[in-house]
Amino acid sequence: MTPEPARPRDPAVTAQLAAEHGLSADEFRRLCDALGRTPTWTELGMVSVMWSEHCSYKSSRVHLGQLPTTGPRVIQGPGENAGVVDIGDGQAVVFKMESHNHPSFIEPYQGAATGVGGICRDVFTMGARPIALADCLRFGRADHPRTAYLLGGVVAGIGGYGNSFGVPNVAGDVRFDPSYDGNILVNAFCLGIAPSDRIFLGTASGVGNPVLYVGARTGRDGIHGATMASAEFDADSEAKRPAVQVGDPFMEKLLLEACLELMTGDALVGIQDMGAAGLTSSSVEMAARAGSGVDIDLDRVPMRETAMTAYELCLSESQERMLMVVQRGREAEALAVFEKWDLDAAVIGVVTDSGRVVMRMGGELCADLPAGLLAEGLKYDRPRRRPAYLDATEGFRSSTVPIPRGEELGEILTSLLASPNLASKEWVWRQYDHNVRHATVVRPGSAAAGVVRVLVPGRERAKAVAITAGCPQRMVYLAPYEGSRLAVAEAYAALVAVGASPLAVTDCLNFGSPERPEIMWQFAESVRGLADACRALDTPVVSGNVSLYNETEGQPIRPTPMIGMVGLLDDAEAHATSCFRVVGDRVAVVVAAGGRLAGALDGSEYLDRMHGRVEGVPAPFDPARHRPVMEAVRRLVAARLVRSAHPVADGGLLVGLAECAIGGSSPLGVDLRLPCGAGERIDELVFGEAPARFIVSYGDEQAHDVEAMVRGQGVSLVPVGRVGGDRLRVAIETSGRNAAALEVSLDALERAWRGGLQAAIG
Amino acid sequence: MSVVFGVVRFPGSNCDDDAVRVVDQVLRPAGASGRIIWHKERALGGVDVVLVPGGFTYGDYLRAGALAAQSPVMDAVVEFARAGGPVIGICNGFQILCEAGLLDGALARNASLHFECRDVHLVVEGRPTPFTHAIPAGRAIRMSIAHAQGRYVHPDVDRLEGEGRVVFRYATADGAVIEAANPNGSQRNIAGVCNAEGNVLGLMPHPERACEDLLGEGGEDGLMLFECALAWKAGVPARVGGKR
Repeated sequence: MTPEPARPRDPAVTAQLAAEHGLSADEFRRLCDALGRTPTWTELGMVSVMWSEHCSYKSSRVHLGQLPTTGPRVIQGPGENAGVVDIGDGQAVVFKMESHNHPSFIEPYQGAATGVGGICRDVFTMGARPIALADCLRFGRADHPRTAYLLGGVVAGIGGYGNSFGVPNVAGDVRFDPSYDGNILVNAFCLGIAPSDRIFLGTASGVGNPVLYVGARTGRDGIHGATMASAEFDADSEAKRPAVQVGDPFMEKLLLEACLELMTGDALVGIQDMGAAGLTSSSVEMAARAGSGVDIDLDRVPMRETAMTAYELCLSESQERMLMVVQRGREAEALAVFEKWDLDAAVIGVVTDSGRVVMRMGGELCADLPAGLLAEGLKYDRPRRRPAYLDATEGFRSSTVPIPRGEELGEILTSLLASPNLASKEWVWRQYDHNVRHATVVRPGSAAAGVVRVLVPGRERAKAVAITAGCPQRMVYLAPYEGSRLAVAEAYAALVAVGASPLAVTDCLNFGSPERPEIMWQFAESVRGLADACRALDTPVVSGNVSLYNETEGQPIRPTPMIGMVGLLDDAEAHATSCFRVVGDRVAVVVAAGGRLAGALDGSEYLDRMHGRVEGVPAPFDPARHRPVMEAVRRLVAARLVRSAHPVADGGLLVGLAECAIGGSSPLGVDLRLPCGAGERIDELVFGEAPARFIVSYGDEQAHDVEAMVRGQGVSLVPVGRVGGDRLRVAIETSGRNAAALEVSLDALERAWRGGLQAAIG
Repeated sequence: MSVVFGVVRFPGSNCDDDAVRVVDQVLRPAGASGRIIWHKERALGGVDVVLVPGGFTYGDYLRAGALAAQSPVMDAVVEFARAGGPVIGICNGFQILCEAGLLDGALARNASLHFECRDVHLVVEGRPTPFTHAIPAGRAIRMSIAHAQGRYVHPDVDRLEGEGRVVFRYATADGAVIEAANPNGSQRNIAGVCNAEGNVLGLMPHPERACEDLLGEGGEDGLMLFECALAWKAGVPARVGGKR
């Protein structure tokens, strides 16, 4: 049976209409050829979302194959709703990161809220209970007229959803840069825990098995959300507000509990959330994975509005809905669980062996499409060209930057700590419930990674999972390959500093339009860098998301491959936080063999903030030299030899030392001597940036063991001072002679750091 | 024989498992056990203490706690409370007890208009309750808050105070009750109140999140409330202090 080309009320499908759906003339021709006819109106809608960049990864797939995705602990790599990694004791972590950039820019509260809702659904769909969230946010310059509104709305939306749903938000980062003025980034990361032998997949297998719809009723919200996310922004983007979905965290909480309850039995065959492209993508992907087909009766879909058409039902992105397949004859069992949780549920279809996704309504056949054609989507190898700006930025010479005088250092440090990028983000994370579920060991603000306890039945000591997420986007902009390697190294450093062994990665690759060769070059270089770094560090990429077209009126964002990484602590007690804790403790810096403390000005926060320059070639990540540093730090923490460990990141060594002094609940002063090599610049020592440098503190009684452990890894421990007093005192010495000195009260530093964000945003 | 804490689970409760973890595992050696009571139940099944946990019951739609207060189980909770049984409502549980008429006053939107998740200090005062009778007066105890609607308001606070029904106030780490220590704009820094008889207590901060030193930067002050309840049920004098 062939569908009627056009139902009476449907528009006639033409190449023009297809173009309005975002399909190129060539893509429309391919569709007609594959079908052997003109698609129906409903089919056009379905294909346009499935072939959108957002759903099909058509520009990125050709590169993503480089990423390492397997490893001894990997249970499920990319391709499912989320990645799954074994953590022993019959347990697995299930995690993924995803973008919700475009909707959040148009409607910040709902855009961010539904981003959290979507990523949580991806995780519990697989049978995991979400136990930790993290969010990475990028906004335009702090004084941009829209930044305060967007920041406030996004943070409230993330909190509004996650707090109600009841998952602690323990990590992430917030950065500001003019390149995000017209296109903010909202990337949400969720991690859940599941029995490793009870992972549920999104497959529609078993001919004759019923297809169930569960959760919120379908309305007209979010139609073409995925298509919106696959186009650049322009002045009319505000008009796309109706394409933003509205979230209901209460509904999702009910769905979570009901799904997990159903999953304790064996009635469930497969499950997938209806996220982007709603019923279309969930039915297509479930059928394609199983090599089956589905036949759906749209009249049975629970609806929130009257007179909805097949087109609208297939494309709606109403939130908090699940599609599942249960064993034939076990429908009642499943429906009873949903009734207990007051959820709408209905049998809306059946699994077939046709290989086709069939949609019927009002006795008519509205769509009949091969699942494979839609799921495989398209694959383009788009042209790439090295961007011209690199010629200028790579020509940077530090000799063109005036070396600050000793007496200026205190003022520069204070200014850096007050900058929106480095200032305390407490205003943000205090709006997120970070200790619900009674398991948060390391809170946001206490370390560069969050740590959440995992109880093991019958095991006396709890273990813990650490998560971190972020991206040094300036470095990626200056050198997409190297900067992306640094992104991975930075995540790895954040995990080892809390004592975790890094396990695996999820990523969220935010770039501009793939139709520009320069952006495609950035993307390809970035993926190559990620692949190399993940391979070198044995952290496979098990899930992820690509977000392209992040640009407004021709202005692309800085390439931002956000890296989320997950680590394991065998003993939850054996963790560390960033800040100094005990007066009299020794302070030292763990660095690569050779003991060089200085970094480079290239791409540094200092160069950007103090000199307004984003230039240079970032100091590279060298796994052979740097991985042993990271391993030494992890061992120091796991053996409980150090009382604090802090990875030096943006802002450089002096900013890191100040953070260790003022970041805790009771600030502690510190007295430091920093050796500056002959011929080295002071600013490179104190504000330069480089990978794999860690500030640790420990008691005298541990000094011997600390030194032995660091030596054992073949790396350097550079003693720099002691904790104490109410000031940050630093003497910079060249060949034993005092080259510069700095002394600032903790009060002044803390005021700048704690008040920086508010002061900048206004 | 253990003291059984019945933890009521509503749609949208999200601190229910945390509360059960504390009474059923952390406090098991001390003689406690925990059991979930589903909101559609009409009987409490012989529990000794009722705990109404935090969360976002019914999504906080309409008003925080308003819909949960109409659940079938609440008739049994009210009956239990009227008979003198110890009842504690934490965060959203406090809001539910107010909506159910077991406690006076209401919880309005925080003065900051934001959700606030952070540590606070509390001082204990007022008449003895099953959950606070052995906590030394004036001692500042630490636990976290996590709410958007925790600003306590009451039309006649003088009367409430006169009856000794203000049980917790937000304070500094030194125990000073000052405006700077008030995280949400509550009238007179009120963090928790009890009913006239003293057996029903509600508070916005989360004692169940301050029961294991490993978590939340340390501190086990929250245990004191549960230890008080155990001692109260056992009829033995208690001395609680928490670990510092």
